[in-house]
Amino acid sequence: MREDLEILKRSLIRADPDAGVAAAQRLVDAGVDPKAILEEGMAVAMFELGEMWKRGEVFLPEVVASAEVFKRCNAVVEPVLLAQKDENTEPNALVVLATVKGDLHDLGKNMVGAMLRTSGFDVHDMGKDVSADKIVAAIQEMRPQIVGLSALLTTTVPYQETVIKRLVQEGLRDQVKVMVGGAPVTPEWAEKIQADGYANNAPEAVEVARKLVGLAQ
Amino acid sequence: MKVSDTVLAGPDGDVRIGDEHPFVVIGERINPTGRSRLTEEITRGDMTTVRADALAQVAAGARVLDVNAGVPGFDEAEMLSAVVRAVHDVVGVPLCVDSSTPEALEAAIPLARGKVLINSVTAEDRSLDRILPLAKRFGSAVIGMANDEEGISMDPAVRLAAARKVVEAALDHGIAREDVIIDPLAMPIGAAAGAAAGAATTMFETIRLIRDDLGVNVSCGASNISFGMPDRRGIDAGFLAMAIHAGMNAAIANPLHRPVRKAVLAADLLLGRDAFGAAWIADHRAQHSTGD
Repeated sequence: MREDLEILKRSLIRADPDAGVAAAQRLVDAGVDPKAILEEGMAVAMFELGEMWKRGEVFLPEVVASAEVFKRCNAVVEPVLLAQKDENTEPNALVVLATVKGDLHDLGKNMVGAMLRTSGFDVHDMGKDVSADKIVAAIQEMRPQIVGLSALLTTTVPYQETVIKRLVQEGLRDQVKVMVGGAPVTPEWAEKIQADGYANNAPEAVEVARKLVGLAQ
Repeated sequence: MKVSDTVLAGPDGDVRIGDEHPFVVIGERINPTGRSRLTEEITRGDMTTVRADALAQVAAGARVLDVNAGVPGFDEAEMLSAVVRAVHDVVGVPLCVDSSTPEALEAAIPLARGKVLINSVTAEDRSLDRILPLAKRFGSAVIGMANDEEGISMDPAVRLAAARKVVEAALDHGIAREDVIIDPLAMPIGAAAGAAAGAATTMFETIRLIRDDLGVNVSCGASNISFGMPDRRGIDAGFLAMAIHAGMNAAIANPLHRPVRKAVLAADLLLGRDAFGAAWIADHRAQHSTGD
């Protein structure tokens, strides 16, 4: 198992889809807890990739390719996880996730979605470049407990505030908790726009979400 | 359709953007995005780096300067006004006032001397309704982004349709056609694995369509093309030369990057916009005398 977990991590960092998917499949077949595959394997690799990106050791096409491999591996692990979920109903809360309008960066948001699912949340992922109109409609239709707004550009971060203001206008603000994140987002910004939660990375996002639905202090 | 010149003005005179004139580099440096020191300075009203960047970019060949003061959580109108004043303290080139916030544009444009370029309006109704009346009121030229409510298309025909919407809306507001410059959107070449080459080829095709069908100038944020790649300046330089050949007459770029500067000067020389190679030779002498 350890060996396959290492192969999985390496395959994610080197963007080798065949080796990654095969390793994920072997781990699943061996009965390894899907949550462990995600948290100890895939999330660790993507965090390492993020650090390499910050140090200028990997480049954009490589990160894009790794993100694709992440999606494919997740497609192997997630069904197992969801099958288990029926036995483990906690926390039984719905999170709607979106990368805000004008922003096409969805790797971080996808990681948050995957980790929330492993922690038992239901997640509806609206994708990237999502307008306030669409977010409002989704909240009205699905009544989630939490909406998570991701933005990776300084030019799109202000749109998180736009969405929150729209929620106020539509009378929805007190019906949903709002979490914000993305590289340029700071706790001060989250506070200024009166978001309910801020997370710096995917595991932290899970903790914040648990607090927001009253499962942790 | 023939492309008419766009004329901007600053304290030191006019700058013409058009087919018969040397390519215009709009210096991109005065922008807090991704620059922590500049961000920290301008949020507390310190204009030291702003002034230094203005001087350095003009010395390196920028003929217009982009000024941006957008920092989430801070008063953009106040900061953009301060930046405009600081830049005019040290240089006399026309400004490209970079904000999508009408309040910031409204505060800063009257402080800019001459005729500015507003950066930017999109083809979204909300943006057109808010920005174009300001361009008309202040007699400014305006950059129109070739995207609308549907986002950014990889289809040149869709981008052309968005550009057409901007031009027609501007004409409806009483803005002259030559005062609209379209940005066909340079997207990172490294961003979409499968469609990588499309980021540039789509752009070149869109440049041709916009010129032929709408008869307006084209500009873009050139450095975006190389985001996330190693040896970015080489990509920027190659891209600029190709886009200039496709018909782009101005770009927001970093003139302090020598490969970028050289690509622009070489394109002017090769396309017959540098009589007797005077600008190319002058640049060589300037570098030579400072020991480059």
